[in-house]
Amino acid sequence: MLTCKDFLNELTDYLDECIDPETRVKLERHITECPNCWVIADTTKKTIQIYKGMDPYPIPPDVETRLMKALEKKMAEKRT
Amino acid sequence: MIVSSQAGIDETPLVARAREGDARAFGELVQQYEGKIFRLAQHVTQNREDAEDVLQETFMKAYEHLDQFQGNSKFYTWIVRIAVNQALMKLRRRKTDRSVSLDETIDTGEDTVVREIAAWGEDPEQRFSREELGGILDSAIQSLEPSYRSVFVLRDIDELSTEETADVLGLSVPAVKSRLLRARLQLREKLTRFFKRKGDDAFAYM
Repeated sequence: MLTCKDFLNELTDYLDECIDPETRVKLERHITECPNCWVIADTTKKTIQIYKGMDPYPIPPDVETRLMKALEKKMAEKRT
Repeated sequence: MIVSSQAGIDETPLVARAREGDARAFGELVQQYEGKIFRLAQHVTQNREDAEDVLQETFMKAYEHLDQFQGNSKFYTWIVRIAVNQALMKLRRRKTDRSVSLDETIDTGEDTVVREIAAWGEDPEQRFSREELGGILDSAIQSLEPSYRSVFVLRDIDELSTEETADVLGLSVPAVKSRLLRARLQLREKLTRFFKRKGDDAFAYM
């Protein structure tokens, strides 16, 4: 019988879908019987999704300008 | 959710042109990845000034060592590795007096303890403005221990594989997995405080 602790230990592989079918069946059976683990799995999945959906902030123009200037200088050095 | 438009584009020809000295091709690669590298640098260093340095140093080094890029890995993974190394160096330099190490985490097992169990309410993206949401997500990440933070950022934000993350950080695969689990659970816990269904909301749906 799978405990909640066992479930938590497998959670990362479960959410990443890299788990053998046998263990998956056991984990899925556990969450149908354990509302707490269901909530943890669901909210952890949502946590990952919300971070994945975040676009990087645009680079501030002054930072971009400095980067481009530095690179141009570097490229000019390499050419000579 | 905005899906990355860069996914699936074969950048091999662009990298090849850059390697042959085509400055414009290299410029295109910079533009493609600078946002991600800057975000990664900010997450790892937790310092705006350091992140700017890391951004610059990463692309300078990439340009300098372009001939060493073998094409065995994705170009992105290759520059991420450079960026992580630069960022970790900054972090170590800045924190030597506080003796923070990325390699040592005292394993008490307590950080996998789950305290807050509550279903989330409506889509957080509906409930909070983009700025508010960004602020919540950033401060949650900032509160993680550096060793968990780097793993989470590489694995779940920059979407490197477990093996690539292990490789970039010089960790074993099991170490990446256990840190990732803790990072995810801790973030879940922190975000639940903001996103959990409110008592009255719950009734409203019944």
